[in-house]
Amino acid sequence: MLVLVLLLIMSAVSSAQTLDRVRERGRLICGANNALLGFGYVDSDGNWSGFDVDFCRAIAAAVLGDANAVEFVALSAAARQPALQTGEVDVLIRNTTATLIRETDWTANFVPTTFYDGQGFMTRKEYGIETLEDLAGATICVTKGTTTELNLADVLRARGIPFTPIVQEDANTVYDSYEQGRCDAVTSDKSQLAGMRALFANPDDHVILEPTISKEPLGPAVRHGDDQWFDIVSWVVNAVFYAEEVGITSENIDTYTTDNPEIQRFLGLQGDLGEKLGLDNQWVYRIIKQVGNYGEIWDRNLAQLGIPRGLNAQWTDGGLIYARPFR
Amino acid sequence: MAATAPAPRAAVRVRPKDPWPRRTVDWLVKNLFSSWFNTLLTLVSLWVIYFTVTRVWRWATETAVWAVIPANFQLFLVGVYPRDQLWRFHVILGVFAVLTALSVAAALNRDFGRKAMRWLVTPWLLFLPGSMFLLWGLPGSETLPHVQTSSWGGLTLTLVLAAVGIAGSLPIGILLALGRRSSLPVISVFSTFFIETVRGTPLVAIIFMAHLMVPIFLPGVTIDRVIRAMIGLTLFTSAYMAENVRGGLQSIPKGQYEAAQALGMSPALTMILVILPQALRSVLPSIVGQFISLFKDTSLVAIIGLMDLLGIARSITANPAWAGLQAETFLFIAIIYWIFCFALSYGSRRLERMLGLERPS
Repeated sequence: MLVLVLLLIMSAVSSAQTLDRVRERGRLICGANNALLGFGYVDSDGNWSGFDVDFCRAIAAAVLGDANAVEFVALSAAARQPALQTGEVDVLIRNTTATLIRETDWTANFVPTTFYDGQGFMTRKEYGIETLEDLAGATICVTKGTTTELNLADVLRARGIPFTPIVQEDANTVYDSYEQGRCDAVTSDKSQLAGMRALFANPDDHVILEPTISKEPLGPAVRHGDDQWFDIVSWVVNAVFYAEEVGITSENIDTYTTDNPEIQRFLGLQGDLGEKLGLDNQWVYRIIKQVGNYGEIWDRNLAQLGIPRGLNAQWTDGGLIYARPFR
Repeated sequence: MAATAPAPRAAVRVRPKDPWPRRTVDWLVKNLFSSWFNTLLTLVSLWVIYFTVTRVWRWATETAVWAVIPANFQLFLVGVYPRDQLWRFHVILGVFAVLTALSVAAALNRDFGRKAMRWLVTPWLLFLPGSMFLLWGLPGSETLPHVQTSSWGGLTLTLVLAAVGIAGSLPIGILLALGRRSSLPVISVFSTFFIETVRGTPLVAIIFMAHLMVPIFLPGVTIDRVIRAMIGLTLFTSAYMAENVRGGLQSIPKGQYEAAQALGMSPALTMILVILPQALRSVLPSIVGQFISLFKDTSLVAIIGLMDLLGIARSITANPAWAGLQAETFLFIAIIYWIFCFALSYGSRRLERMLGLERPS
């Protein structure tokens, strides 16, 4: 029995290279969230869908040539770290905030952020509020004992904006109070605000303000110790970003022509960028053709929830989505 | 003698029946309005019932969006099981229906029922491993490709978890119960320790341990997540099952052992042929109660990310197309859980009657 266990451990440890293991297996194992509005869920036909899920598919398209060659493993928040550390999943894409402690204690590496979440505000459209300053004098509902509550006080006081907080124990109560009009605005992470708004009787009467007052950079993470795999996952994300920046979509990629050498390298018409990653030069074509660019992924999953692009706009539009150069 | 007149007939004669409105009114007065306090209670209760029922009815008929149920029906049944492999699920369902129909027919027929029952035992015993094998498939096969347990889901996964738990916990529970009564100190201390440890730990904690600790203690070895959950559920239920069985064992009078011994039976035979059949019969209701509670407890695996009935319901409500329909979705799965639990409890009552356990009350 002991010998058997030792053998199992040795066989598992000896195959260290994630890329080889994924290829040998013929599918990517992606740690995901199975119940987060817009980010990870199973659609009515039994397909995994969502914003985070699409990035799993993009990696599979690049590495294996098939966006459907993914085995999704639904992880609870607590199970994320062991699942990644022990190699149960090849990549973790489950609304996970990149922080120093997670990179060190979790022995995880975070690739470029795919979704800049952060604390925001929701108010009624009829008030015509647009900026934080417009919130002066408002009553604001917030959940008790969260970083959200602290951020609210810190940021608005620092800016000298007077407000009355209504602090409640439970998130559901907070949104109920807001919907019943007991407060003028409610504050939480923007993705949560959008999700909760979708549950309101008249979602269109409410608007999520553009300003963001805290930092929750969410992105894919891989294990320490496999730089090649880290590079691949990073550049898949960059490729999705860059395709949107230059206007290449799943619709137009077959007819897209350009004289720009960087875009030609990007699409594998020139050079050997894909081979340098250990893939082939068609990798970007497959990602964009099968999954789409960043804007397409956004529109498919988050646009219908009414989440504003905000910080997640391209850098050319004043956002933080900034692909590194393909050269 | 002649002086004793026969009793007047009128006293014996049945009083003519009151017309029904009168009877109803009598019943109402007697049961609901017998005193001012009862009248008050009745009125308050009526108001509460009226208020609740109309509210729920209005919600169910006007506000609720029931389209979420038919649109996701397949998800509820099988989760993300590959759609081109659904025939396996249909085969299992068909076999189950046939076996159930035959069993019910056998149970209802007094003449050949007993014999037919005996013939049905083997198929039933093979049914669970057979179904598991069919769902699992053959690694490397073209016609019956292996399906990862991460793709098992919905009601199917719930039933598989419950069935494995039931099939595993009963024998383990019996062994633990016998172990606890054993005269060998090592065995009895181990059994007692196991039973008391597990009974002193919440199921959620055990499932979390199976989920989180196993990978940490055995790095590099990936034990399937569904199998981890099965082990957790089975061990948990075994401990309770052991105590149920022990209760049954204690109810068997000592004379039974002595009688068996006098007949020259070995202790093992005594246990198998004399004691256990009686002990298990007498605690059948609490064993079934344990099964029902296990069936509902399987929903806890949703918190470790398995897509059982509850997990898939959570996933459906995270679909932007069906956002905000929690009430409808969770009510629907609650009804499914209720149907299965009620069927289990009804079946066990029938079984008790067949075994002659039911006492006139």
